[in-house]
Order: sequence, then C-alpha cells, then structure tokens
Amino acid sequence: MDAVILQVLNGLDKGGAYALIALGLTLVFGTLGVVNFAHGALFMIGAFCAVTFRKILTLEKVVLSETELSPWGTPLEIRTPFAQQWFGDFGNVLLDYSVPLSILLAIPVMLLIGIVMERGLIKHFYKRPHAEQILVTFGLAIVLQEIVKAFFGANPNPQPIPQVFMGAADLGVMVGMAEHVITYPKWRLVYLFFSLGVIGAVFAFLRFTTFGMVVRAGMSDRETVSMLGINIDRRFTIMFGIAAVVAGVAGVMYTPILPPDYTLGMDFLVLTFIVVVVGGMGSLPGAVLAGFTLGVVQSLASMTEVKDIIPGIDQVIIYLVAVIILLVRPRGLLGKRGVMEN
Amino acid sequence: MFSIPKKDAITFLLFALVVLTMPIWLSPFGASYPGLLQKFAIYALLAVGYNILFGLTGYLSFGHAAFLGVGSYAAVWSFKLLSMNPILALACAMIFSGIFALAIGYVSLRRSGIYFSILTLAFAQMSYKLAYSVLSPITHGENGLQLTLQDPRTIDLMFMERGVSLPTSSLFGIPMNGYEGFYFCAVILLIGFFIAQKIASSPFGMMLKGIKSNEDRMNYTGFNTKPYMLTAFVISGMYAGIAGGLLAVTDPLAGAERMQWTASGELVLMTILGGVGTLVGPVIGAWIIKYFENIFSAWNESILHNFFAFLPDNIEGFVVLISSKFVGEGWHLTLGSMFVLVVVFLPGGIMEGVRRISSWFLRRKDPTKDQEVVDPENMPKPSSEKGE
Amino acid sequence: MVESSHNTVLHVADVHKTFGGLHALADVDLAFEEGTTHAIIGPNGAGKSTLLNVIVGKLPPTRGTVVLDGEVLTGKSPYEINQMGIARVFQTPEIFPELSVFDNVMAPAFAKRDGAFSMNLFKSIESEKDIAREAEEIIVDFGLDAMIHTHAGALSRGHKRRLELAMCLIQKPRILLLDEPTAGMSRHDTNTTIELLKKIKSSGMTKVIIEHDMHVVFSLADEVSVLAQGRIIAEGTPDEVRGDPKVQEAYLGGTYE
Repeated sequence: MDAVILQVLNGLDKGGAYALIALGLTLVFGTLGVVNFAHGALFMIGAFCAVTFRKILTLEKVVLSETELSPWGTPLEIRTPFAQQWFGDFGNVLLDYSVPLSILLAIPVMLLIGIVMERGLIKHFYKRPHAEQILVTFGLAIVLQEIVKAFFGANPNPQPIPQVFMGAADLGVMVGMAEHVITYPKWRLVYLFFSLGVIGAVFAFLRFTTFGMVVRAGMSDRETVSMLGINIDRRFTIMFGIAAVVAGVAGVMYTPILPPDYTLGMDFLVLTFIVVVVGGMGSLPGAVLAGFTLGVVQSLASMTEVKDIIPGIDQVIIYLVAVIILLVRPRGLLGKRGVMEN
Repeated sequence: MFSIPKKDAITFLLFALVVLTMPIWLSPFGASYPGLLQKFAIYALLAVGYNILFGLTGYLSFGHAAFLGVGSYAAVWSFKLLSMNPILALACAMIFSGIFALAIGYVSLRRSGIYFSILTLAFAQMSYKLAYSVLSPITHGENGLQLTLQDPRTIDLMFMERGVSLPTSSLFGIPMNGYEGFYFCAVILLIGFFIAQKIASSPFGMMLKGIKSNEDRMNYTGFNTKPYMLTAFVISGMYAGIAGGLLAVTDPLAGAERMQWTASGELVLMTILGGVGTLVGPVIGAWIIKYFENIFSAWNESILHNFFAFLPDNIEGFVVLISSKFVGEGWHLTLGSMFVLVVVFLPGGIMEGVRRISSWFLRRKDPTKDQEVVDPENMPKPSSEKGE
Repeated sequence: MVESSHNTVLHVADVHKTFGGLHALADVDLAFEEGTTHAIIGPNGAGKSTLLNVIVGKLPPTRGTVVLDGEVLTGKSPYEINQMGIARVFQTPEIFPELSVFDNVMAPAFAKRDGAFSMNLFKSIESEKDIAREAEEIIVDFGLDAMIHTHAGALSRGHKRRLELAMCLIQKPRILLLDEPTAGMSRHDTNTTIELLKKIKSSGMTKVIIEHDMHVVFSLADEVSVLAQGRIIAEGTPDEVRGDPKVQEAYLGGTYE
C-alpha cells in the first residue's frame, strides 16, 4: 500500500509536466485549430532558458593571482562570479535560486518566441490541412532543437535544486505514519504544486477575464465571434504566446528533475500528444485529467510487482492506454463531438 | 492482366533507366559508392510503398518505421536460421511485416484523421520500446541482432561446410554488398515501382483516391471502405518490410532504432518533399534526404573553407561559421529548414514545382494550349476540404 | 397511415428519432410506390433531412424500421444500403473534388458492377471499356462532356449538382433520394434540372424528393407528404395537399416561409 502511494506521488509530478504541456497544446489546438508539433520544442526552449540564466549568473571574472601558484606552477586563477562580486551574499542567493528565478527570464522570452512563431509561420496554416500543419511544425521543431544544439551542445545540462528544497520530505510523518515510509523529494513536491498553480491560473484566466471569455467563445465558434467585430486574431496570437509561456515555465521547473538536452522536446512531444488525444482533442480539463492520469498510470506500471506479472508493461503502458481509450472512447476522456473527425 | 497504358510504360522505362544508371550519373555528385546507392534504392522503395497509403488514401501513418524494423529482424532471422539467400530473407520480411501490418492496420483503421495517426504512432512506439526491453531474446535489444558463427543456417549448411568467418548474404554466389547489392536492390525497387504504378492506375487505386477525396461519398456510393484501406495499409506495410529486409540483406544486422518514430517522421518527410500522391515524387524525396544525410553530414569546416575560398577572408570566415551549423553534425538543421520551406512555399512538393515550371514554359511557348494546363488557382488543394 | 400495398417498394415503418429531448421524427410512416415521384415538403427543421439520413443508414432510428422490398434496412451500413439499390443526392453536392468528372462517374459504376469491395489491383482503368463507355454516355446526357477531364472541385455549383445526379444515375438505383436538388439555383438552372428529372421519370425508378420550391414539387411529384415538427401532417396528390388548411397553417405558422 505504501509503495502504491509512493508511486502515485511519483507519477503526479511527471503528470504535472504532461498536463502543462498538454494544456498549451490544447489551447493552441482549441483556439487556432492548429496541430502544433513544435510544442515540445517550446518546453525544451523553456528548459534552456534556465540553463542560459544560470550561465549568465555564473559568468566569472578571472583574475590571475600575483602571489599564489596553482599545483601546476602557473599563477592561480581566481574565479569569482560577477553576481557574487557585485551583489555579495545576495549574489549567492541568486545563484542558489537560479532555476525558479529563470521563470522571470522565461516568461518574456517564451512570449516573444510564441508571438513570433504565430505571426511568422503558424498563422499561414490556419486554413491548411492538418497534415500540412503537422509537417511544418515538425520541421520547425527540428530547426529549433538544432539551433539549441548548436549553442549548447548535445550533452545534458544539469541544474541545481535550491538548498531549501534539497532532500526529501517525509510525508508519512505528516499524516501520522511511521518515519521513512513515504518520503518524497521536496523539489518534486514543489513541481507538483507549481503545475497545479499554473493550471489554476490558466483556468481562472479563461474563466474570469473578458479576454478569456472571448477566447473561450472563439474556441467553440470562431466565425460568430469574429463577426461580432472582436479582433479574435490578435487574441489568438496572444493565446499562442501564453501557451508557449506555459510550456516554457513547465520546462524551466523540470530542469532539476531531468537535465535538459536538445532532444527533450521530442521525447515529451510524443507523450503529450498521446495525453491530448486521450484527454480529448480540444478539451482543457481533459488534457489536465489525462496528463495526471497517464503520469500516475505510468508510474504504477513501473512497480516491480506489476512488471513481474506483465514484463515490459512499464515501457508501453502509456501507448496501450492510448490505444484502448481511442478504441473505446473515440473522442477521448472529455472530448467534444465532432472535433477532428472526418 | 499485364497490359499497361502507354504513358505508364514510358514513365516506367525512363524510371528504370534513371535507376539503373545511377552509379554513372551520381558520380559527379560524389554519391556513387555502393553503400549510398543501396540506400537510395531501399529508401525509394520504402517511400513508394508509403505513398500507396498516404498518397492515395490520405491516411497519415506515423508508424511505418515499425514495419521497416520487423522486416529487418525477419530477414536477419532468416539468415541466422535458414539461409543467406536474400530472396528467402525478403520473403520472410514480407510475410512477417504483412502479418504485423494486418494486425496494426485492423485496429488503427477503426479511426480516421489524427486519431489514426496517433494509433499508428502508439503501436510503433510500443514495438520500439518492447524491442529494446522484453523482446530482447528476439531483437537482442541495444546490441542489435547480428549474425554469429554458431547460427544454425539449416538450409545453407545442408549444402556447404560452415566457414571460419561470418558469411555474407549472397544470391547464388553473387555477394550482396557492393554494386551487386545495389543492382539487387534496384531490381526490387523497379518491381515495387511497377506494382505501385499498376495499383495507382487500377480501379482499386481509383477507390483509394476516392477515399482520400471524400470517404463519406464512397460509403454512400456503395463501397465498403474499410477493406480497401486495410489492403492499402498491408501492402504499404509489406513494402516497408521488404525495404527493411533489403537493409539487412546489404548489411546483415538489425537494430531497434530503425523502429523509432523519428524514422517514421523521416519517411513522411521524403514523401511530402517529393510530392504526395505522385509516383516519382516520393522517390525523389527519398533520394534528396538520403543524399543530404550522407553527404552533408560528412562535410566539415575545412571543406567549407575550400568551398568558400573565393570570398574575401573576413567574409569567408563569417559564411563558413554560419554554414558550418548546417552541415556535419548539424545537417538536421538543413533538413528541418528544408521541410519548413517546402511545406510553406511548395505544399505539393518538388513534383508540384516541376509541374508549375513546365506549365509556365508550355504557356509561354504556345498561349493557345492554355486549356490543357490546369490553372493552379483552380487546382483543389489536396484534402483541404477534409481537414477542416 | 398508408397501408403498404403490393407495389410499395420502400416502407418507412413507424420511425421515431430523438436527439436528446428533441423529437426529430415522430411515428413517421411512409410508403413509397414503385415508379412514382414522391415529394416530402415541410418547413425548415421539420425533420426532412433526418428522414433521408435514417433511410440511407447514416443515422439509426430510435425506433421503427425501414423496409426495402421486404428486407429490413435498419442497422445496415450506408454502403450496404446503396448496394441494395438506394442512391442519394445531397443538399450540398457530395462529389470527389480531387478526381476528374470522368472518374467521379466511373467510381459508382464500379461499385454497381463489382460490389462493395473488390481487389481489382492489376487491371488498368483504361481496359475497362464497358464502364468507360457507360460513363461517357451519361456525362454527355448531362451536358458535362466539355469538362470531362476537369477536376470536379473546379466545377460550378450547378455543374456539381448535375455531376452528383449523374453519379447516382449510373448505378441505375431502384430508389433515388434527392435532398433539395434545386436549392440555391437560378430559375433557369432549376428548370433545366426539372427537365432532367422528368426525363428519368420514365425509366421506372422511384424518386423521393425533398424540396422547398413548390414550383419543383408541382412540376414533378405524383404524391406529396407534408412533414412538420417530425410528424406527417398531410398526404395526397399535389392538388389535395395544396388545398389542405393544416398545410397552410404549418407553413404560415411554422418557422419559415
């Protein structure tokens, strides 16, 4: 039982990442009607915002020491990060919190990338067949990941967890169980709450702002809304930007869990597409539900007890669930009628 | 049964001429070595087969790499267990990939549109993951399936002694690496092309095009579309299987990475780049992508320096710096950019470009001939009505 | 209401269709006599298209059956129903836009000859001389010969409708269903279509026409049924129906016209 709870928890943070990416994918699909295969690349670029931010923070001033010698007999290099030099201890705090702070960098960057992408490329594909949308965004995804590779190389870039969130939280104790029964890495807990927060914010934004209302109306009936004289196109551009930001911050916060490399986006893309389809194309709650469900299911399937019964199940469980759901419930868990059906 | 319209016969003869003379006309491009030539023939066959599904019916499968992989494994097992004869290996590849395609197709074709794509993707990914893990006894996981000296090779060993080194695949004594291997692949490609041509110009092909154009109408016209789709799916799966088998024939090993979804993506690219729904287009697409993969990825900065040597030094440095990102390790960047450009500016692929240019020439030569030339504005965009 | 007599070819028996709480068709009972032209009229939203959708197998009825010559159609797929001899012309032309006019007409002929599925893989279309001749004839009959090799998607709306009719007629169906065959047509085109439909009237085919345009109804129909809010409210010859006060009320007090 404890093992099950632990696996559910383990699945939730991964599910959070799935849900965040799927949410953005669904927003774009629901509002713009575009199947965006470059969405995984946005997640990856978000992750590299964190890498960049830390690179900037750790730019060092190198001074050759005049007195001390290194073990090799050359003058010792004294390296001090500029951040530390300029801000003293505060600089160290900055460095420690580089990952969460990168969100500040990621938001404007992702918004910009999203808007440029939409205006520059995606908007020409609104009326084109889905197959062409898939292809052009697939090509774009390759371009984006290769650009990242050109700048950052092919190796993973591990990012540190802030000191405070290092180690594991003993959740069992909090609910009155014995110690060390259910321990859970603190950062994963942070990620879980973070993803819930972002999801909540997106839903609240769509629910309670006029902007969100128009977008929701546009999702269900684009023609009518544009006939009302509302400039729906501009709102959709911003929506694309927001979807990019959601994917981006999801990527930023995921870096301590999985060191990002340039293929990160593609790895997540296939999974999140499955998530979106399982949730139901165009359904935001469906994307979130499916994200967490598949995360947990995947995690449960990787328990040794399960693997002993059905070998290899952990490798294929997500795909298997996707196949079954698509066959039993063609529109996914919460999908609406008539979306993407011929 | 083998009557063939004159136009198709000419196309076929020209195509055969082009394929069989590849070693000659490709040498100025530095692409005339057997390994690459074999790949040209094999991937062209793969693309021709894929086009039977995607080009004719409009169903976008993201899982054809799985059939390629199955074909490779089946062929290598045929080498290991039975004989080094490539024909036998290809037969095994075809049978197994056919059965595999029948099962996957039967389930996937219960849905259409993007759901079909996701189902095929899911099955292919499952095959890929399982090939790496549980099915390791069959696939040898990460090491890949290879020949060993202890292989039973039942049929071969009835006729000859076990050699001291690893055997190579050979067709009645002709080794299947080198130029002989290329010609073997080329002959298979020509057979495959011929069959694809027959299918495209048969009533069956017409029904497939009808499904792409308006599947509902097909139903109300009295066609049961499912068996049509399934037949097309299995045929194109078999093409992929044979292509996988040929990969194993020319180089007897099989690895799971052949089944990864990026491999399926590459196949879709080939078809799109050349021109979906045309016979020759996917072949051209396959050749271009394989050419770039092999040639561009081998380029490095010193080659670029030589290439741009005519430029002034400082400009040369800059140009080399930029272009170096597109070659060698970064050749995928070229691939991706090419993709985007083709889909944006030439949705019909290279064949569409050829058509546009030739119609432009025709019009200039003889303005009265205009009626034969279909105005591109009026040309219905493929499946645009369906996708919305 | 109408007892099925010996020459009833298609019988819609007590068909009921609900969407959620909405009764699109309520106890509709219709008998279509062999060789007649039967018009179904009614205000918008009366359930006319739903009726056709039930007949061709697009929608399953909530209750009731459709019977063709003693054989129950309900539960069969659209392609099976077509193979049994029912062809349909849609309100917005359903054709193969990417295929040539010639191919558009040939495909249904293959369905008629070879059945719902045939592995006709290696025979070239050019060698199918009989079907080609048949298709050419009907294309000429319908005045589409000038555009025989044009992509059907590039045709004008009127030509598309004519093409769709040709596609149905090449199958020589026992029953032809026409869903507003003249909607959106100019008066001239309407008259051409009426002439065309009159021409095939003599061939013994049973025709069911859904129509708004009373001019068309009175020029063609032998029998008229009036559908309002999912119910048959009147039936009879065009003249009988025209005088029926219930019909006038349904149209005037209805949603439209």
